[in-house]
Amino acid sequence: MTENTTAATGPTTTDSDGYAPSAVRLDRERYRRGRRRRDGLIAIGCTVGFLVLVCVGLVSSPGWGRVHEYFLNGTEFRRYFGAILHGFWLNVQMFVGCEICILVLGLAFALVRTTTAPGLAPLRWSAMLYVDVFRGVPTLLLVFLVGFGLPALQLQGTPSSPVVLGCIALVLSYTAYVGEVFRAGLNSVHPAQRNAAKALGLSERQTLRHVILPQAVRNVVPPLLNDFISLQKDTALVAVLGPLEALRVAQINADYDFNYTPYLAAALLFILVTIPLTRYADWLQAKAVRRQWAETGGSGR
Amino acid sequence: MSVIIPGEGVPSSGVRGGAAGGGVSGGGEALLRIRDLRKSYGGRVVLRSIDLDVSEHQVVCLIGGSGSGKSTLLRCVDLLDTVDDGTIHLGATELTDPRLDANAARRRIGVVFQSYNLFPHLSVLENVTLAPRKAHKVPRRDAEQRAMELLGRLGLAEKAREYPDRLSGGQQQRVAIARALATEPELLLLDEITAALDPELVGEVLDVVGDLKQRGMTILMATHEMGFARHAADRVCFLEDGVIREQGTAEQVLGDPQHPSTQRFLSRVLEHR
Ligand SMILES: Nc1ncnc2c1ncn2[C@@H]1O[C@H](COP(=O)(O)OP(=O)(O)OP(=O)(O)O)[C@@H](O)[C@H]1O
Ligand SMILES: [Mg+2]
Repeated sequence: MTENTTAATGPTTTDSDGYAPSAVRLDRERYRRGRRRRDGLIAIGCTVGFLVLVCVGLVSSPGWGRVHEYFLNGTEFRRYFGAILHGFWLNVQMFVGCEICILVLGLAFALVRTTTAPGLAPLRWSAMLYVDVFRGVPTLLLVFLVGFGLPALQLQGTPSSPVVLGCIALVLSYTAYVGEVFRAGLNSVHPAQRNAAKALGLSERQTLRHVILPQAVRNVVPPLLNDFISLQKDTALVAVLGPLEALRVAQINADYDFNYTPYLAAALLFILVTIPLTRYADWLQAKAVRRQWAETGGSGR
Repeated sequence: MSVIIPGEGVPSSGVRGGAAGGGVSGGGEALLRIRDLRKSYGGRVVLRSIDLDVSEHQVVCLIGGSGSGKSTLLRCVDLLDTVDDGTIHLGATELTDPRLDANAARRRIGVVFQSYNLFPHLSVLENVTLAPRKAHKVPRRDAEQRAMELLGRLGLAEKAREYPDRLSGGQQQRVAIARALATEPELLLLDEITAALDPELVGEVLDVVGDLKQRGMTILMATHEMGFARHAADRVCFLEDGVIREQGTAEQVLGDPQHPSTQRFLSRVLEHR
């Protein structure tokens, strides 16, 4: 863990003073390369061994034949995959639409909750109440309530499409979470930064816009991504209202011939989207850690 | 290294006219006038009854032990804290008036803190130009040109595009000074700006301050650098228990202190050199 970054640059240096690496350095780098190769081989060997063990264990288990028939049925998979993929496109659309609304509303909520303007006091209180309520109610319950309750009110202009109703429920639920994430981000910026901006004569608004917000957003991107990964999955909850998204399509087809392979196909699609998102979040998090190291006494970024 | 005060020579708003040289103001009123200032934090009185004048082009040094209230006094002047009692005037403006537009008043005062508090997400140039552009509405091109000029004089021209975490402590502190000067303040407040620096970096920052004095900047600073105070300060004030125990020229206070507690403090500080 204490390796120098010189290992990455290799023996050819870009130093401008015509420096040639010494024999000691070349030897050290040779050793590091050898060790990295060895570590890599061990990692690959262990992974392959583990996978083989798991597969053998699964296939040799007594119920494997039935599982294979009802969950991993190739013909079923091929027959319904297209329809499920079509349904999944609706999930993606819901996800993107909700995400945009949630980001905007969540940030607005965080700003309202952190300002001290006296005129916004009622808004501040409502925002607090909102967060308390919507973080407490299970998302599925909220989908039911909005999906069946809102149309029942028969108000003028309430949407009737189950997709829109479902999305409203998701936005209501996730805005509460994302708002709190943004608020934590705003509070995470050191008070000395606010003072420094104030001392320069920047107004409250300018301080927020140019000093606090950029740093806050930078700090909350990784946790925000986590919330969006779970939002991506939760678009499946809208299935209970009936629109033909991936889970609903899978459910219909599974019921049709009592085979659960369609569920597995739907799961596969969700995983395919969430895995890159998760890796990206991991990467951002690692980057943030590195940056903090650099800021608290390391060198370079 | 030489520094200019941006906008110097422009006879603007009559603030920086007056007699040349760093002498005590004759008949005219001082630029900064603090009268009977009191400040406490939750029952603990930090400043008791402070009377202090800083005339134009003067450098006034606040000295005193840790916890004697130097930073608190500077924070009160910059309106980062509200005072309990007493008044602070900057020119004709009463800073302690709650009806005052605090942001407008702060724009006339530059501050540099002990911990530089640069904005980490902005480059050096952006740090320096932020306040002129946003608070003073100076067009970007003009603000950048003036900032580059300032950075050049502070020996930081080639660092303009760097981010603060890539600079040494002395460089960061000089950027902080450039940032405070970019808005052309009438008064500069410096709070132990060399306290966080390695000994060999202290000089480069104090040189900048000495140069500002040469150019007629009005400065109120808290410092532990007695050597610097002795040759640069027009007046030195010794703070203890929230009152100014002794004040006078650097020679008087540092060379021939009258009050026993000043003598004690100085012998304690000088012992460790
Ligand atoms: N925000 C605050 N809340 C409560 N007490 C405070 C606050 N700020 C300062 N104090 C107290 O006021 C006293 C004076 O603090 P101040 O920072 O002004 O001292 P100082 O003279 O600048 O000391 P140093 O030389 O160590 O910087 C200290 O005892 C400190 O504990
Ligand atoms: Mg202090």
